[in-house]
Amino acid sequence: MTMAPEEPKVEVPEGHVKLTVDGEEVIAPKGELLIRTAERLGTVVPRFCDHPLLDPAGACRQCLVEVEMGGRPMPKPQASCTMTVADGMVVKTQRTSPVADKAQQGVMELLLINHPLDCPICDKGGECPLQNQAMAHGRPESRFRDKKRTFPKPLPISTQVLLDRERCVLCQRCTRFSAQIAGDPFIELLERGAHQQIGTAETADVLDMASRTSSGKPFQSYFSGNTIQICPVGALTSAQYRFRSRPFDLVSSPSVCEHCSSGCAERTDFRRGKVMRKLAGEDPEVNEEWVCDKGRFAFRYATASDRIRTPLVRNAETGELEEASWTQALRAAAEGLAKARDGKGAAVLSGGRSTVEDAYSYAKFARVALRTNDIDFRARAHSAEELDFLGSRVVGTGPENGVTFHALEHAPLVLCVAFEPEEEAPAVFLRLRKGARNRGTQVVHIGQWTTPAVDRTFGELLACVPGAEASAVEGIAQHAPDLDESLRAEGAVVLVGERAAEVPGLFTALHRLAERTGARLAWIPRRAGERGAVEVGALPTLLPGGRAVTDAAARTEVEQVWGLAEGALPAEPGRDTTGILTALVAGELDGLVVGGVDPNDLPDPALAREALAAAGFVVSLEMRPSGVTDHADVVLPIAPVDEKAGSFLNWEGRHREFPVSLEGTGALPDCRVLDTLGVEMDADLFTQTPAAAAGDFARLAVKGTFTASDAVKVPFTAAPDVPHQQAATPGAGQAVLATWRQLIDDGSLLIDEPHLAGTARAVVARMSAATAEGLGGHVTVSTDRGSISLPIVVADLPDGVVWLPGNSPGSKVRATLGAGHGSVVSIAAGGAR
Amino acid sequence: MTADPITPVLTKRWLSPQSWRLSTYEDLEGYSALRKALKGSPEQLVQLVKDSGLRGRGGAGFPAGVKWSFMPPNEDKPHYLVINADEGEPGTCKDIPLMMADPHSLIEGCVIAAYAMRSHHCFIYVRGEALHPIRRLNAAVREAQAAGYLGADILGSGFDLELTVHAGAGAYICGEETALLDSLEGRRGQPRLKPPFPAAAGLYAAPTTVNNVETIASVPYIVNGGADWFRQMGREKSPGPKIFSISGHVERPGQYEAPLGTTLRELLELCGGMKDGIPLKFWTPGGSSTPLFTAEHLDVPLDFEGAAEAGSMLGTTAVQIFNETVSVPWAVMKWTQFYEHESCGKCTPCREGTYWLAQILERMVDGHGTEEDIDTLLDVCDNIFGRSFCALGDGAVSPITSGIKYFRDEFLALCESNKRELVGAQA
Ligand SMILES: Cc1cc2nc3c(=O)[nH]c(=O)nc-3n(C[C@H](O)[C@H](O)[C@H](O)COP(=O)(O)O)c2cc1C
Ligand code: SF4
Ligand code: SF4
Ligand code: SF4
Ligand code: FES
Repeated sequence: MTMAPEEPKVEVPEGHVKLTVDGEEVIAPKGELLIRTAERLGTVVPRFCDHPLLDPAGACRQCLVEVEMGGRPMPKPQASCTMTVADGMVVKTQRTSPVADKAQQGVMELLLINHPLDCPICDKGGECPLQNQAMAHGRPESRFRDKKRTFPKPLPISTQVLLDRERCVLCQRCTRFSAQIAGDPFIELLERGAHQQIGTAETADVLDMASRTSSGKPFQSYFSGNTIQICPVGALTSAQYRFRSRPFDLVSSPSVCEHCSSGCAERTDFRRGKVMRKLAGEDPEVNEEWVCDKGRFAFRYATASDRIRTPLVRNAETGELEEASWTQALRAAAEGLAKARDGKGAAVLSGGRSTVEDAYSYAKFARVALRTNDIDFRARAHSAEELDFLGSRVVGTGPENGVTFHALEHAPLVLCVAFEPEEEAPAVFLRLRKGARNRGTQVVHIGQWTTPAVDRTFGELLACVPGAEASAVEGIAQHAPDLDESLRAEGAVVLVGERAAEVPGLFTALHRLAERTGARLAWIPRRAGERGAVEVGALPTLLPGGRAVTDAAARTEVEQVWGLAEGALPAEPGRDTTGILTALVAGELDGLVVGGVDPNDLPDPALAREALAAAGFVVSLEMRPSGVTDHADVVLPIAPVDEKAGSFLNWEGRHREFPVSLEGTGALPDCRVLDTLGVEMDADLFTQTPAAAAGDFARLAVKGTFTASDAVKVPFTAAPDVPHQQAATPGAGQAVLATWRQLIDDGSLLIDEPHLAGTARAVVARMSAATAEGLGGHVTVSTDRGSISLPIVVADLPDGVVWLPGNSPGSKVRATLGAGHGSVVSIAAGGAR
Repeated sequence: MTADPITPVLTKRWLSPQSWRLSTYEDLEGYSALRKALKGSPEQLVQLVKDSGLRGRGGAGFPAGVKWSFMPPNEDKPHYLVINADEGEPGTCKDIPLMMADPHSLIEGCVIAAYAMRSHHCFIYVRGEALHPIRRLNAAVREAQAAGYLGADILGSGFDLELTVHAGAGAYICGEETALLDSLEGRRGQPRLKPPFPAAAGLYAAPTTVNNVETIASVPYIVNGGADWFRQMGREKSPGPKIFSISGHVERPGQYEAPLGTTLRELLELCGGMKDGIPLKFWTPGGSSTPLFTAEHLDVPLDFEGAAEAGSMLGTTAVQIFNETVSVPWAVMKWTQFYEHESCGKCTPCREGTYWLAQILERMVDGHGTEEDIDTLLDVCDNIFGRSFCALGDGAVSPITSGIKYFRDEFLALCESNKRELVGAQA
């Protein structure tokens, strides 16, 4: 019997098609764009407007290929970035089709006729898709010998984005990014034909084509830096980075953003020991290819002129801080702290911006060196209810068992409570918007007014008086049965932000809502280090890995891992931040270790200052002078993220490790400083390096969230249980204060970034038209501590509510008013100032 | 204005006194087709228009009935009918006179077409500069509304239609149907990516049909006369009457209605022949986007097939006539400047290409061209044609490629090298 030669039969799976690209048979998922199929086969079709995360435009025509359908060649070459695969299609790219090759060369030549070709002075030179593709797919010489189109330049699109219209290839990536991804419409295509150009309302007048910045809306976006990164030429440049370096002089290291709890992947580019720029890194699970402008541009705080680079010790005689050697300073600190510990005790405020490794070191230092549970990372409004919430619903969650970015995008419904996604976790905002735009995710916000994020998540606002969020949540079943029903849908998510700690009963209400509806609940803190600090036990009630300090077995476990004597760990819950400050004022505590906490961030800055003044001994671990420095007995300088390795846990509980970018600067991470300080106090922390600290913590971590060896049961027992309260009722001349922080404000990591600061949102007070009546356009908001005067913008707030930005120029709510979200304040006509 | 070889159809009322009035229209069979149409079903109407073979009069000649049948049979989303009255193609001037002289024929066509496509809102997008026709249309809409031909429960049929006359802002590209839809939505007019096609997601992402004024104005006659009657005029694949806009060096420029397939020779007879007897040099069969013809093409039947077989296109039947006094490179330069000015800027080939072509031609006409420029012109045209996002780019190269094809000598004569020879010869 002879065997007929068998045709190798390729199975075409469901939802796929079979086509031929450059003579090669390929199976592709339905809907795949030809340009991607070719790429999978290793053929890069040149392109400009195409971007995998933007809707196809087909504008540049650089990606033309020849296509045959049903045996018939299509009469014109087709844009491979807009055409999807089909069964039996035959595609010929530039590799096999002279027509496609000529078409691509032709488009390239046309793109270059008006291009200035000033590569030697262009920021993009060396990493420019136009430069690279012109080399690969262009003619060596241009036939163009007439006049190039010129424009005055640069044109400021915003304070941080500068446009060179001559270099622009009009691919619309920037405008599509703004319209589709960020939803900020202020950058647009203007004019037509060869005069077509990118611009803003301010630059719209083309007859005088010089840049004008007198009127109109600026391109104000928290995400504008992404347009610079995705611009395929050097048309959009960063005011911060412009002309400062060449790509080939830069060294790149992968990094993780240190600002919010999203934990975006970044790339840090540095040269000769100095960070020159940060770019969005690619992480499809987290930030995709985007970062917010804060994450991109706010890094020069680390090189501020007032950065503390040597330890300081207070001279007992003069009362002045004086530079000291590490040995002197550590000895002074150890002595002072040991004395305090052995007196009435010493406590730790570790701040919300530490890496996991540093936060762990603080947590361990408190227990082992200071023998106390008086430790709290929460340099913000906080509550005991929040502690229960963190211990019962947050610790131990991670991407495998908790809410993720992916889950947000695919959720049928996301309910945001006391959480401003765009201001507090911009990458979360982008995902919410993406889900809403592409998949119709319903986004509901329980807040006070229709913020830009509500609009741009196509969301719905359930407005309530500040402080009434808990009753609003409790009332969902009765007053919003549709929402209640949607919360029961598979995949529904509830997000809660840091502000919830200011609303008694809210965590309890959310916990019950989640229990009742089955919706998944996630906590999204504002600062990058908070989620990790919960996990490592930088809290008065929790030991590392979510172990309750009151749990004897858990204590024993920790004691064993830490090599402590049995019973060495204190069994009583410690004091929280406010407890610590109050005890210091009352003389019930003697010493304090402060890691990067600004007193003005604390719920009561006046109390904080009083406490610092009253404290017998204060050790401050800081990068730059702060409100703590004035009261510190010893100041120990520590390294910014660029100068150390480490990791953050982002809000998902995802481990975000990063290597050191700038090596050998001599700056020490907190963990190292605390380790040495421990040694001076006869306590071994084993946290000499971030890696050592991570290894030490791993032995205690909840499995999954970290590189843990054994699983620890999360104590889901002490769920929060606080009754919700009625919101305050304002009297005549009063209002209830709503307040939260803007992404770009006076935060201490935002200093020395004037270009970034220029894109901050306007600092205004918001209230309803009825509340604003008689105030004459300007309001003065006051408490017995002080007052803030701002212009009024009328918004859809409930009557009797005034909103102020939390920490913006001219509106420092905590510092000036000593008030917070839900406080009753006085309002009066402000008078223009 | 019209003479043989047909009895006028579309233009038959144009010379009546106050032809634009509803009363005149009604006296001359006006709105009788609507009554008839409303008695039938939408499907019957679509079939009738299919049978008639009516092809789009906006330039591309797509069969109107087939286009209508793409509209979804359900009404899950609102359906829109949009009338393209942007009339931007150089030389084209048929829709504006039609709307001036006989606006009700368009309105009646709109109601019938909307009924056939289950649309309850129709927009007429009129070129912004055409203020007078916009006023006249608005007045006619008011008259029709008052008489019950528009609005709720039209003629007691239960069918509702709102008609909105919308003024564009004067951009040629807004005649391209998807750019028109963007413009109508209040955006910057640039063509959209297709698919989705308008019948799936057009105006406000709802099913939409875009038709030219003359296409829709033909519909009432088809309803009254029937498909067979319509097919008696014109040719097999291009039936029906057509308004030819004749401009340029003829004795009596103007609108001439004639069946499709009429030749230029016949049209010249209608309009009194070449002006002052100066011989014909070149002409466009359907606007500047259609490749030029010469005196050799006097007997080409002007229908969709005839024009295409002879190497051009029927386009909008804007017949622009140029006599021997006109320089081809100069005319081509003028047209190219138009396309450069009107390119929307979206895609590279058209935006950059027209910018380049215009400069080369300007330089040549200025006497600074080279022979190499001619090759460059042709190659740049090749890089634009079929590579652009929309048909504007294709149209932009028509005058150049056809101009050089038939009149290369004139371009050569403009080149510097040849001029120098000439100067030498004189010396
Ligand atoms: C650049 C450009 C301009 C156009 N201008 C017009 C116009 O002014 N009027 C018109 O009816 N069609 C115009 N069209 C054709 C339309 O896109 C569309 O084909 C037509 O309106 C469909 O109507 P019809 O099928 O009734 O012809 C233009 C097309 C292009 C590419
Ligand atoms: S500025 Fe850059 S991203 Fe924007 S259209 Fe021009 S080339 Fe494209
Ligand atoms: S979204 Fe958050 S983590 Fe991402 S770049 Fe911005 S501040 Fe950094
Ligand atoms: S061909 Fe391109 S640039 Fe020209 S009008 Fe069409 S889309 Fe615009
Ligand atoms: S990349 Fe395909 S048209 Fe621009």
